[in-house]
Amino acid sequence: MDRRKSRAALWLLIIPYVGLLYPAFYNHLEPRLWGFPFFYWYQLAFVPITALLTYIAYRSVRDDD
Amino acid sequence: MTTDPAAAPAVWTPTLNYAALAVFLFFFLLVTVMGFVAARWRKPETLAHIDEWGLGGRNFGTWITWFLVGGDFYTAYTVIAVPALVYAVGAYGFFALPYTIVVYPFVFLVMPLLWKKAKEMNYVTSADIVHGKYNSRALELVVAITGVVATMPYIALQLIGMEAVIKALGLSGISVGPIHNFPLTIAFLILAFYTYSSGLRAPALIAFVKDIMIYIVVIVAVIVVPLKLGGYGAVFDKAGADFAAAGKGGLLLGGNQMAAYATLALGSALAAFMYPHTLTGIFASNSANTIRKNAVLLPAYTLLLGLIAMLGYMGHAAGIKVATNNDIVPALFDTLFSGWFAGFAYAAIGIGALVPAAVMSIGAANLFTRNFWKAYVNPEVTPAGEAAVAKVTSLVVKVGALLVIVYLPTKFALDLQLLGGIWILQTLPALVFGLYTNWFRAPGLLAGWAVGFVGGSWMAWGPEGLKPLQALPFGGPAGTTVYIGLVALALNVAVAVAVNLVTARRPVAAA
Repeated sequence: MDRRKSRAALWLLIIPYVGLLYPAFYNHLEPRLWGFPFFYWYQLAFVPITALLTYIAYRSVRDDD
Repeated sequence: MTTDPAAAPAVWTPTLNYAALAVFLFFFLLVTVMGFVAARWRKPETLAHIDEWGLGGRNFGTWITWFLVGGDFYTAYTVIAVPALVYAVGAYGFFALPYTIVVYPFVFLVMPLLWKKAKEMNYVTSADIVHGKYNSRALELVVAITGVVATMPYIALQLIGMEAVIKALGLSGISVGPIHNFPLTIAFLILAFYTYSSGLRAPALIAFVKDIMIYIVVIVAVIVVPLKLGGYGAVFDKAGADFAAAGKGGLLLGGNQMAAYATLALGSALAAFMYPHTLTGIFASNSANTIRKNAVLLPAYTLLLGLIAMLGYMGHAAGIKVATNNDIVPALFDTLFSGWFAGFAYAAIGIGALVPAAVMSIGAANLFTRNFWKAYVNPEVTPAGEAAVAKVTSLVVKVGALLVIVYLPTKFALDLQLLGGIWILQTLPALVFGLYTNWFRAPGLLAGWAVGFVGGSWMAWGPEGLKPLQALPFGGPAGTTVYIGLVALALNVAVAVAVNLVTARRPVAAA
């Protein structure tokens, strides 16, 4: 049960690849945020998002070894 | 182009500023002392052991690893070249941002497994792991050679970063006898001596100073510069207007740039931790969990990098013109800040060159010692003997990089670095696949490496010099332009699988 849960958390790590490696999805100027075009704030927002997802994955595997 | 020189904004020229120079020299002196004192930091029983000299005793915890890998991966050249590319072409230059985001899930999943192998078997290098897994001297040798050859121009690039700040201080062009770039030579020789005596402890200790300085510089710049220039909206608008006027670059990717952007980001991310210097940082940590925690914490540097890239647009907003794009960051600080803070920023970048250059030379020296000297010259070498060989090799590697920068055109190092990125990516199957499966064998991996290495170099070879991108014949009339490293990796894996399928399987040895 726990083992399956930890595997599930690792799948979260796909999200940054999906979100960032298809640029047509975010290659836009609008909507802007604090003067930043979408292209820029979207990618910058993925930094904390990825860190958070990795943290969730970390919590699920840290006791493995 | 205007024909009236009076109407054109003046091109930035560096001048000697004593406040900037004084601040720079103070910090350079500080880290020099730290570099030598580092031999006594977390003092081992003896430094005459390759685990101590080359891996800092495999004992670095979460914070030291964070500063070391951060200081080592986000180099001085990054601080100079990423804004320079953004200044020149706009959105495309930001590929460094997705690159340094998607690298961490990969680090999280793969690097703890590599660390465990290295720790269990006392391995020091990537090629050690490959030899241990496949028991093939040939595969070990090509992984080691690829690592050294890819690292040499990377060290040279750090010198280019350092050269940019020495120029900004108004000190370039000082020759003493046959030595063209005297300040650069002195700075690098000092680095070589304390790396020789302290090993990995020197850059690990200096990384604290370097990284804190860079954080201060960038945080001040991203707050103060937009205030002076009318906010981020104005910065983007001015940059966008400049690109439109020049008819080149832009705030968004062009249609043919999107596949290039994504494949450069992914290919660079896969290559990043195949380099000896990043792997040295990994192997030097004290546990697999330290590495996992760092995969969570290191993205802080990526945020910093994204903001550093913005400096390229700020250069447009400040109306700065430069003779070469690599001057844009020094010119921005020189133009918008007082002398002492500009000096602080130059020192941060200059010290930022020392940390990676030191770790790179140690990583290359470890490869030479373990996978050439121990494998072919003296198999009975003791750990103390290994440390002695590695120390001398680190000196040779650094002097070699220095000679390249001082006596050969800059383009040579840049071209070699580009090829190096493609080459190092070809070591991924040999190093990583074995962590997950016992199916692959040495002949297939060796053939795959050869095809990837030669094929990648051949594709990069263009009539007008080397290029990182190749148009593939699908997805529209103009084709789809992608990063060559990734194409070569795909060939590499395909050949490895094919050869593995057709060659007879020998009796399975214990993995």
